[in-house]
Amino acid sequence: MNFRRLFLIATPYFWLLALFLIPFLIVLKISLSDPAVSIPPYTPTLDLSAGWGSIKTFFTELDFENFIFLTEDALYWKAYLSSLQIAAISTFLALLVGYPIAYAMAQASDSWRPTLMMLVILPFWTSFLIRVYAWIGILSNEGFLNQLLQWIGLINEPLTILNTNAAVYIGIIYTYLPFMVLPIYSALEKMDESLIEAAEDLGCSRLSAFWLVTFPLSRPGMIAGCFLVFIPALGEFVIPSLLGGSGTLMIGKVLWEEFFNNRDWPVASAVAVVLLLILIIPIILFQRNEQKQREADQ
Amino acid sequence: MAQPGNKPVFAPWNDPHQKPLIQFKNVTKRFGDFVAIDDLTLDIYAKEFFALLGPSGCGKTTLMRMLAGFENVTRGEILLDGQDIARVPPNKRAVNMMFQSYALFPHLSVANNIAFGLKRSSMPKEKIPARVEEMLRLVHLEQFANRKPHQISGGQRQRVALARSLAKAPKLLLLDEPLGALDKKLRQDTQFELMDIQEKTGTTFVIVTHDQEEAMTVASRVAVMDNGRMIQVDTPDRIYETPNSVYVADFIGDVNLIKGRIESSGGDNYTIQWAEGQAPITAAGPQGLTSGTSCHFAIRPEKVAISAEKPTDRSNALQGKILDIAYLGNVSTYHVELANGQIIKAQVANNRRISRRDMTWDDNVWVSFTDTAGLVLLK
Ligand SMILES: Nc1ncnc2c1ncn2[C@@H]1O[C@H](COP(=O)(O)OP(=O)(O)O)[C@@H](O)[C@H]1O
Ligand SMILES: [Mg+2]
Repeated sequence: MNFRRLFLIATPYFWLLALFLIPFLIVLKISLSDPAVSIPPYTPTLDLSAGWGSIKTFFTELDFENFIFLTEDALYWKAYLSSLQIAAISTFLALLVGYPIAYAMAQASDSWRPTLMMLVILPFWTSFLIRVYAWIGILSNEGFLNQLLQWIGLINEPLTILNTNAAVYIGIIYTYLPFMVLPIYSALEKMDESLIEAAEDLGCSRLSAFWLVTFPLSRPGMIAGCFLVFIPALGEFVIPSLLGGSGTLMIGKVLWEEFFNNRDWPVASAVAVVLLLILIIPIILFQRNEQKQREADQ
Repeated sequence: MAQPGNKPVFAPWNDPHQKPLIQFKNVTKRFGDFVAIDDLTLDIYAKEFFALLGPSGCGKTTLMRMLAGFENVTRGEILLDGQDIARVPPNKRAVNMMFQSYALFPHLSVANNIAFGLKRSSMPKEKIPARVEEMLRLVHLEQFANRKPHQISGGQRQRVALARSLAKAPKLLLLDEPLGALDKKLRQDTQFELMDIQEKTGTTFVIVTHDQEEAMTVASRVAVMDNGRMIQVDTPDRIYETPNSVYVADFIGDVNLIKGRIESSGGDNYTIQWAEGQAPITAAGPQGLTSGTSCHFAIRPEKVAISAEKPTDRSNALQGKILDIAYLGNVSTYHVELANGQIIKAQVANNRRISRRDMTWDDNVWVSFTDTAGLVLLK
């Protein structure tokens, strides 16, 4: 193997190592240490300059007590469960909202498609944080939504949406909708239109042709979209802390509080490691879905 | 279609008492400003194997799609069994179409693809597997029932598409270039299979093809189209032997075309002046052509004889030089250049081994034909 090829192959692995594996190992290491009033706030720290002795004490003092602690305090498993629930529900709602959008885009004429695609991606052009703040202005008691509903006369008292789970759902759906729309759109768009005509030719109505042909054929796109929404939603921190209330329990928020409010880095790291382990399952499933799709395309 | 002598000849188009299954009445189809089908009138009879032939873009697919219900008619009407089908949606027509792209459902197995239409019909559920089995046998795909479309070959996919469109036993089956993707040998086998199936099921077939040989092989009648118009609709032998225009003569098979002028008329025998210093061609033509009309004289290469000596038994003989010889195995085509530069093709069966051939390049030869071998064409 010549040098250039080695370089080409090694580069992505290098980045993977530098940006993913090493940070993960650091977090893993912290999760296995004990909290301490020092800088950084945990021991043992690994001081490579102190030589072998330091490495040895580092390994002998490691223990799993932070992970055991996570099982003892109900807050943590409740936060994990609640996150899973919120992520699952928002994923489902995003699918309900995203599918018709993707379908309409795929039905649109060729000249319109780039514009529609652009509109879906457009929100990414401004900061995510600003967009979430904008939702505070929309959803608050004096916000645009309540003003509008009161003006129409639909309600007399303002609805309390902000600082509830409903606001979190809205925020997550809004933020991750493009991740749902785009894979479904790409599945629908590459579908041969004559399949629908063939279904109609064989006796299907428009609606049953959709259910029997379009829908099953867009399933890989739906699965991909669901994972792309579910995975980031599970660890979401900004949306629940800005739009959610005191009752909104999400693991991302817990993690943040452990780190910055409690300054308990080892427990926070343990929370992060467990979250990662939970996420590995859907990530692997997602990869297998993609793999299967690629094989089917060939 | 070859007809055994004792069977009555299948020619409902000649029988005024027969009602056509499909009638196109002055049908026009426009896409925006573009006229895809231009004032077309056509009758197709039950149990016909009707071939649509024409160059790419002449409107064949559009015609089929109007029959299947995927395109509406801009003007005129289409009758199926005497009923206007303009308002009948595709899923309510007793018409099935085999798509040019096959359009097999990729998520369903071969058997489920074939069963798809049956499940949407009034057929009792318990009878469906037997019908699917029957269809699989018909197209020789029994072993592939559980494969997905991407797990079988192109030729097999085409058979699945055929079986799927036949399964509901439609009154009318539309085949849009069904054999385009197949290589020659498989194509010929499938052509005969199609004819066999048509004979067994009695379904009316309309087949689109751009392969004229295919049309001639399978069809009871052939329609030659150009630019959204029907140029000629006739049996394969008549299309070949008596084309009504230069376009059809040229489109179907190989032909020598000589441009000329009708000189004198005596009944239906004409003399055609066609070049300075060349003897006029004598040929039979339609009654009543006037002198001076410009025309084309068309003659098929296999009706032109070639010889070293001037023949005495044929009314037309022209002298020239062999320019080229195309050896095609069973036949050879001689390209003979006449004194004025006109090239005449003469096709000769290779009854002898090639080494025994007595004519070769640059030989001076005579090409000759009788006065009934060719045709006088006015358009
Ligand atoms: N949906 C459409 N919109 C515009 N033009 C079309 C459409 N469908 C077909 N045409 C045009 O009509 C003509 C005939 O097409 P078609 O029937 O597909 O020809 P073919 O004989 O090759 O099957 C072509 O010139 C094609 O460009
Ligand atoms: Mg076509």
